[in-house]
Amino acid sequence: MKRTSTLTRRHFLNSSVALGGAALASSLNPGQALAAADLTVGFIYVGPKDDFGYNQAHAEGAAAVKAMAGVTVVEEENVPETVDVQNTMESMINFDGAGLLFPTSFGYFNPHILEVAPKHPDVRFEHAGGLWTEGMPTNVGSYFGYIGMGQYLNGITAGHATKTKKIGFVAAKPIPQVLLNINSFLLGARQVDPEITCQVIFTGEWSLAVKEAEATNALADQGCDVITCHVDGPKVVIETAAARGAYVCGYHANQSPLAPEKYLTGAEWNWAGVYTDMVQTMLDGGTIDNFVRGGLAEGFIKMSPLGPAVSDASRKQFEATKAEILKGGYAVIKGPMKDNKGNVIAKAGESFVETDVALESMDYLVEGVIGSTS
Amino acid sequence: MSTAAEIGVWGVPLAILGGAIRVSTPFLFVSLGETLTERSGRINLGLEGTLVFGAMTGYAIAYETGSAWLGVLAAALAGSVFGLFHGWICRFKGVNDIAIGIAMMLLGMGLAFFFGKPYIQPVAPDLPAISFGWWSDIPQVQAALQVNALFILGAFLAVAMHWMFRSTRIGLTIRVVGDSTDAARAIGLNPNTVRLLSTAAGGALAGVGGAYLSLYYPGSWTEGISSGQGLMAVALVIFARWNPILSFWAALLFGGAGALGPALQSVGVTSGYYLFFAAPYVLTLGLLILTSSPDKAMDGAPGELSITK
Repeated sequence: MKRTSTLTRRHFLNSSVALGGAALASSLNPGQALAAADLTVGFIYVGPKDDFGYNQAHAEGAAAVKAMAGVTVVEEENVPETVDVQNTMESMINFDGAGLLFPTSFGYFNPHILEVAPKHPDVRFEHAGGLWTEGMPTNVGSYFGYIGMGQYLNGITAGHATKTKKIGFVAAKPIPQVLLNINSFLLGARQVDPEITCQVIFTGEWSLAVKEAEATNALADQGCDVITCHVDGPKVVIETAAARGAYVCGYHANQSPLAPEKYLTGAEWNWAGVYTDMVQTMLDGGTIDNFVRGGLAEGFIKMSPLGPAVSDASRKQFEATKAEILKGGYAVIKGPMKDNKGNVIAKAGESFVETDVALESMDYLVEGVIGSTS
Repeated sequence: MSTAAEIGVWGVPLAILGGAIRVSTPFLFVSLGETLTERSGRINLGLEGTLVFGAMTGYAIAYETGSAWLGVLAAALAGSVFGLFHGWICRFKGVNDIAIGIAMMLLGMGLAFFFGKPYIQPVAPDLPAISFGWWSDIPQVQAALQVNALFILGAFLAVAMHWMFRSTRIGLTIRVVGDSTDAARAIGLNPNTVRLLSTAAGGALAGVGGAYLSLYYPGSWTEGISSGQGLMAVALVIFARWNPILSFWAALLFGGAGALGPALQSVGVTSGYYLFFAAPYVLTLGLLILTSSPDKAMDGAPGELSITK
């Protein structure tokens, strides 16, 4: 009901502005009406764009795009992963004349983008986190960063900071990227001490403040003394964990202002460079690859500055591992390794480097993670 | 946290207790507010919007003034304005209070999102908690027994409201108006004024519930802060048969049941967590079925309520 009302308002405003603007432009300066904006770029967020998290990271990228010459940016927040996002995309294309869309939430991809894209072959759809494969519409692209590596580095600082040998993870949904983050966080910590276990709690939704707080408290009750998360807005988890005396590792954006003493480090997105590159490619008349990936080395992700609670030994191992990752070809999942149900996921000698597409359909939690994917 | 590792499955009852205390307060305030309004013969379904707007106002004022209690006060004032507006519109002939309530819910949320934009990032001061866990050495017990002053206030309020309805002139006035408009008119009461004031007071309580969300638990303002507590609390009123004391227990039950899902996962009961997350609702359904009776349906319902008429 809430969405319908904003859509109506949006339609009304857009059509009235478009009508008025068109009339004005044609009466004053008929020749230049079309050349006014070279490219309109639409950004769609699943939550508020200043949530200290996923949406903020994308909105920071959008802000960088906004500063480019010849580009108009339109944004809409709080768009659910339902048919609503199709309406928003249609509205941005038909009323705002968007030529490039960034529907940023995971659940927008299939089926919503895949349904809208064939109807608008001239419009480019770029989606964060989806897995574009041959046979999908060619005007759709998927891009993502190897942020699991960031959670791996988080895990190293966590491994040094934990005294109880138990670390905790508040997760939204058991999708491949979340599972990779959980696994990487534990495997990073196990680089420090192989006895460490990681307790995971799934909340079932991307943004459920009270449940996230309850999950964090439950982790603290079980003795987890370093906590991180993969939810859309980590603010609640970070604040609750710090209030319970646990150390925290950030995710999506830099949350150190929320818990300056307890914040170890954080895995952050760095979308500004990625988005301005893509928009520039469009402006220059080029085509963006349908499948774009990058990690620390490519500047897709970055780490928050290390907090005051990080020890020298921890800092040293963190920097050394980061240097290894920057060289490329680093594998977090490498054999022999089992999942937490005892199935072999990597035989001895087998390894999955960060660029391996197989990691993007991960459906297991590694041995040492206490939790279940269903 | 040396004893932390040994707590094990005891974490579950502890989490339910702690969750009951932490999560129940907004349910409690909204359902007390709605009990008051419905006892006067009106339904205000807009309390979800009032809750969210109260959360935003409380957080914003607490941040601007540096005092969490001023935030609570501002949330109560904002809630009473919403209540007054609802009560004022409903006095006109032919206006349906349920439809107005739904409109008010959307209005409250929309306004809260609009005015709340600049306050998502800043960190406002929290409401203080009183520690009742001093007798225990176990940090988990101490954490579970961190009780916020608003929870205690809410408990007192439930008792006071119960007493008010039973034994005071004001309570009698509200009940008369709620049970029969004609009878109220006959004894010289103005039903519209009584309902206006009851709705305003109910709105103020819902606003305080919202301030608890943003200023104590989970303790920050985001647009997704409420996830429907205001709506559930309205349903709790019917579940609690319009009785303030029962509302208190219903709120506790709901809070505790909500903590079950995360707590079970934390002790290793990991499969089927979506099912455990539905526990509060399953529990409500179960209790409603158990306590229902074809003979005395809607026992305690105010006679003038539009859903029971």
